Amino acid sequence: MTNYWPLLGILLVVAGFALRLNPMLVVTAAAIVTGLLAGMDIVEVISTFGKAFNDNRIIAIVWIVLPVIGLLERHGLQQRAATLIRGFKKATTGKLLIFYLAYRQITAAIGLHSTAGHPQTVRPLVAPMALAAAEKQHGELDEETAETVKAYSAGTDNVGLFFGEDIFFAIGSIVLIQQTLATYGYNLAPLHLAVWAIPTAIFAFMIHGTRLVLLDRRLARRRGPVPPIAQTAEVGE
Amino acid sequence: MITLQWLYALAGAMFAAIALLSVADRSNPKRFGNAAFWGLMALSLLAGDRIGDFGNGLLVLGLAGLAGFGFIGRSHPSTTSDEERVRWSERLGNKLFLPALIIPATALIGTLFYNYTAIGEYGWFEAKRETYMFLGLGVLLAIAAIFLWLRPPALAPLQEGRRLIDAIGWAAVLPQMLAALGVLFAAAGVGTIIGELTQSVIPRGSIFLTVVVFGLGMAIFTMIMGNAFAAFPVMATAIGVPLLIQGYGGDAAVIGAVGMLAGFCGTLMTPMAANFNLVPAALLELKDQYGVVKVQIATALPLLAVNILIIYVAGFHL
Repeated sequence: MTNYWPLLGILLVVAGFALRLNPMLVVTAAAIVTGLLAGMDIVEVISTFGKAFNDNRIIAIVWIVLPVIGLLERHGLQQRAATLIRGFKKATTGKLLIFYLAYRQITAAIGLHSTAGHPQTVRPLVAPMALAAAEKQHGELDEETAETVKAYSAGTDNVGLFFGEDIFFAIGSIVLIQQTLATYGYNLAPLHLAVWAIPTAIFAFMIHGTRLVLLDRRLARRRGPVPPIAQTAEVGE
Repeated sequence: MITLQWLYALAGAMFAAIALLSVADRSNPKRFGNAAFWGLMALSLLAGDRIGDFGNGLLVLGLAGLAGFGFIGRSHPSTTSDEERVRWSERLGNKLFLPALIIPATALIGTLFYNYTAIGEYGWFEAKRETYMFLGLGVLLAIAAIFLWLRPPALAPLQEGRRLIDAIGWAAVLPQMLAALGVLFAAAGVGTIIGELTQSVIPRGSIFLTVVVFGLGMAIFTMIMGNAFAAFPVMATAIGVPLLIQGYGGDAAVIGAVGMLAGFCGTLMTPMAANFNLVPAALLELKDQYGVVKVQIATALPLLAVNILIIYVAGFHL
């Protein structure tokens, strides 16, 4: 008879995220509950949780870029990124993000997935450039539109990374697929698996690219007509 | 050989300095909470291998308690104003991008050289971790370049780093917490249970519907775990291998590779994948912490359908 009780931990996580409780507490509570329901004692649960946290410290490494990003922001990096984009007459948010999507997919496909990312490239460069392009298309951005443009900047990085990296055969997920299938006697070359990431990569570019083109249309359409009074006032000056 | 420990030490030293600067920041009413929080992160990075599993567990509970009960808050270290920044950006021009590009360029060029020239044979770096090493090197080079060029105050990199990490707050630690939760889920047998449940909903005899359940299962279980890596072995064991490959004679490479990518579609749709979905929302200072997830859904769903079709067509009909 299977013990279904550990599923309660999942339920806790889903409920906690849905209610927007603090995720740090939700995750900790779910971990403790799941462990206890699986029959561990409390010391064992805390030890398992602590060991796993320690084993995953590599995730925290990326924050070492923050002092550099902060220093450059101090000297106007985001403003410069925006100025640069304003200088390109034909730059639009969609075109810019399509370019970044392709760049991210291609660099990830050749194993350079850790060279770009949200702290390294999106916050200091991609998002301010996308916002500046949107302002050119749309006029001054209301808060909701600015949020959307920023969210698309981050989302484009994710799509580019996820559907580029598996084309590189020496990446963790390919190794995991290979190892899992090998335990059942299917010995596949990593390259053979990586080739099958290509069709999805192409579709990902087309689907997300289409959405970025649509975003451009939306940004262009929402621009209100320039009020005539403002125009005459300018002439008067 | 330079190992990950060196990078942990570098990051740990940074968090320790941020903790000290937090204590000294009298303008922040929650300065002691912030100091304790980043101090614990420093302890984890500097001494995580020496304080034992239970010690690490208590450390994590401390982090969760400080964050969850509102003991940490955003700080406002003195920095330049928007007007000053505009002036700087006009004065410095596009040269300002050069230091920003040092980090990705060092990581990119370093990784390429290390892997495709004889340099890699010296074994200077821990295997498969060389990109991280070059990332760390790039950071140090960029800071050195900025100091030579712009001569900011000595504490500026740490204060600016503190400004950003405090803006991100606990979201900076959440991905690591979720990875640890995944380990507990696995230890509790959640994977086995999900595998059994999925198997029980499959109609016998239909290849197409089995492929659909496999693809949806990958995406949904990835959403629960926040990570396709955790979902793949479970779904492969429950459906991929016994039914699709052995039962219906599907192509193992297609089912494995595209099955994983179906899982990645799930990653785009879940707050559990915090480092991809919640951290950037904090980093870009979005009002809605689920803002990134929301814009990704309309890419993820059609792509999931495409992946299911690729498995069906290429796995069984080519």
